[in-house]
Amino acid sequence: MEPFLISMMIAATPFLFAGMGELVAERSGVLNLGVEGMMLMGAVAAFAVSWSTGNSMLAIMTGAIAGGLMALIFCVIALSLLANQAATGLALTIFGVGASGLIGQNFVGEALEPLQKLTIPVMSDSTMLGRVLFAHDGMVYLALVMAAAVAWFLSLSRAGLELRAVGDSHTSAHALGLPVIRIRYAATIFGGAMAGLGGAYLSLAYTPLWGENMTNGRGWIALALVVFATWRPWRLVAGAYLFATVTQLQFYGQNWGWPIPAQFLAMAPYLATVVALVIISRDISLTKANAPACIGQPFRAER
Amino acid sequence: MILLEPREQPSRLLAVLSPVVAIGLMLFAGGIMLAAMGQPPLQALYVYFFQPVHELWFYLVRPEERAMWIYTPSEVLVKAIPLALIGAGLTICFRANVWNIGAAGQYTLGAIFGGAAALYGPEGSPWLTLPLYLAAGAFGGLLWAAIPAFLRTRFNANEILVSLMLTYVATLLLDWLVRGPWKSPTSFGFPVSADFTDSYLLPVLVQGTRLHLGLILAIVIAVALAVMMARTLRGFRVRVIGAAPRAGAFAGFSQSGTIWFVLLLSGGLAGLAGAIEVSATIGKLQPEISASYGFTAIIVAFLGRLNPAGALLGALILAISYIGGENAQILLKLPKNVTGIFQGMLLFFLLACDTLIRYRIRWTSAAAGAA
Repeated sequence: MEPFLISMMIAATPFLFAGMGELVAERSGVLNLGVEGMMLMGAVAAFAVSWSTGNSMLAIMTGAIAGGLMALIFCVIALSLLANQAATGLALTIFGVGASGLIGQNFVGEALEPLQKLTIPVMSDSTMLGRVLFAHDGMVYLALVMAAAVAWFLSLSRAGLELRAVGDSHTSAHALGLPVIRIRYAATIFGGAMAGLGGAYLSLAYTPLWGENMTNGRGWIALALVVFATWRPWRLVAGAYLFATVTQLQFYGQNWGWPIPAQFLAMAPYLATVVALVIISRDISLTKANAPACIGQPFRAER
Repeated sequence: MILLEPREQPSRLLAVLSPVVAIGLMLFAGGIMLAAMGQPPLQALYVYFFQPVHELWFYLVRPEERAMWIYTPSEVLVKAIPLALIGAGLTICFRANVWNIGAAGQYTLGAIFGGAAALYGPEGSPWLTLPLYLAAGAFGGLLWAAIPAFLRTRFNANEILVSLMLTYVATLLLDWLVRGPWKSPTSFGFPVSADFTDSYLLPVLVQGTRLHLGLILAIVIAVALAVMMARTLRGFRVRVIGAAPRAGAFAGFSQSGTIWFVLLLSGGLAGLAGAIEVSATIGKLQPEISASYGFTAIIVAFLGRLNPAGALLGALILAISYIGGENAQILLKLPKNVTGIFQGMLLFFLLACDTLIRYRIRWTSAAAGAA
């Protein structure tokens, strides 16, 4: 049970980064379906930097920057040029899959030293709880800190209130003098940087090697997590751990002697995502209460 | 400062011109990328996009050398067939503002259902077995698309995420089948099914090539769908529901009926494409059946101006980039991912250029823009 819980903490981390980033973007009214592409670019950029410099701090930052730059492409096309957001996000994913494969072609099969674990004396070793909660690398904690920061930002800060206002009614926000497009740029690029961090975590710590398409749909699951969380940060944290549990079943189910073919266990996260979407979406009051009213709609200032 | 000003009427000229400009911009940006990779950009772009066209030209103008030049043009058409079938279905989906992005999964289910017919169905005249095979494939894709249709109309679940998740499930299902129950006993451990018998192989149209019956099906279906969209009430409903759902509701058009219709139609066509592709180019089931055509077909639909007949042209252009990419792998040792980058860039530029269909650019002084 202990290795299962430890791996669950780890598996939740990329969901937390990418999901929390997309949550902020969606709260500002932007639906960016390019999460998968941004994660892949973050993953390959972080891997390349870590592999050639050995500096994991620099690698993590590069991953975030790569994701942010991808989001910037989305912003120019979907926010400034008013293109359909769903189509632009899909283009971002198609582009990200290709570009990350090209950049990573020389790294296929190379391995890295995994990120160093931060251990806290006494707490990390003495009990099972200590080993499960307090013996991870820094990014596991960073994800939780970012989640708390986003929760605080959205509900308690003035800038967060403005961001939500832009997402709920861009015309009113504009009339109040808020820079709608600028706020959406910032929120989307933050989302991209967070997706990049999620990708960087995959290639630096989760499986410290580069493989084409190594995100394996996690970016899409992160998008579903935002719906599942009904756009609320703390529910997203809970959702990330729930989905991480399901993801881990495929690795532990076989060890535990479940008589199910590996492929069916591997389907679990995707099927669980569908089930979760159905459960949340069927209750209109649950989704409508927090869904940003302007999500996915382009905005053009009349004057 | 640049301002976008809405046009009174969307520009028809620019709707046609936009893909041309987008392709031009893609070639320009692609040339820079290739130069950065240390390739002579013009030569590499020639291999990617113009050599296949060039060989088609030779085929047309040099009748005595036709046998020599037929290969590349025929392979372009072979690649275009599944892209056109899936893309034509997606144009109708996107027109209705329904985002089926799980065509890759529906394609895979089409291959699985077609495969079931081929592996367990009766032997006999191809006039009997091939319709059975193709119907099974279309049914498989339709069934897979019925899941997002049901969950969207009944439970309001987002069809983008549901259809995409099912893509992963479909891939794993195929993987299980060819490694498990359907694995050929004579495959020496390789994960492949038994070879399809001749009754289940699509006939070749032109001797000496792989060009197959699917070409005729794709053209007939795309044209029929274009007529449906332009001339029938059904097509009108789809367009109204997509453009103005409230107006459609007042007119008594059923939104969930339209969602069902477009998802089943595009899923069925993706399934048909999967069955056709497996029968015509592989002849058995295996884990890798080029299901990524399902994603590329999204670009096909946009290049084709969300018109089913236009998807034929869009499919041709993307097929050229695939064949060019294969040539570039051999001739220039360029990695296959370059093709994906070109395709992603093409969609970016296309979406950006499409802005000009509905808006015109006005340059204003910085002071006026800031006000």
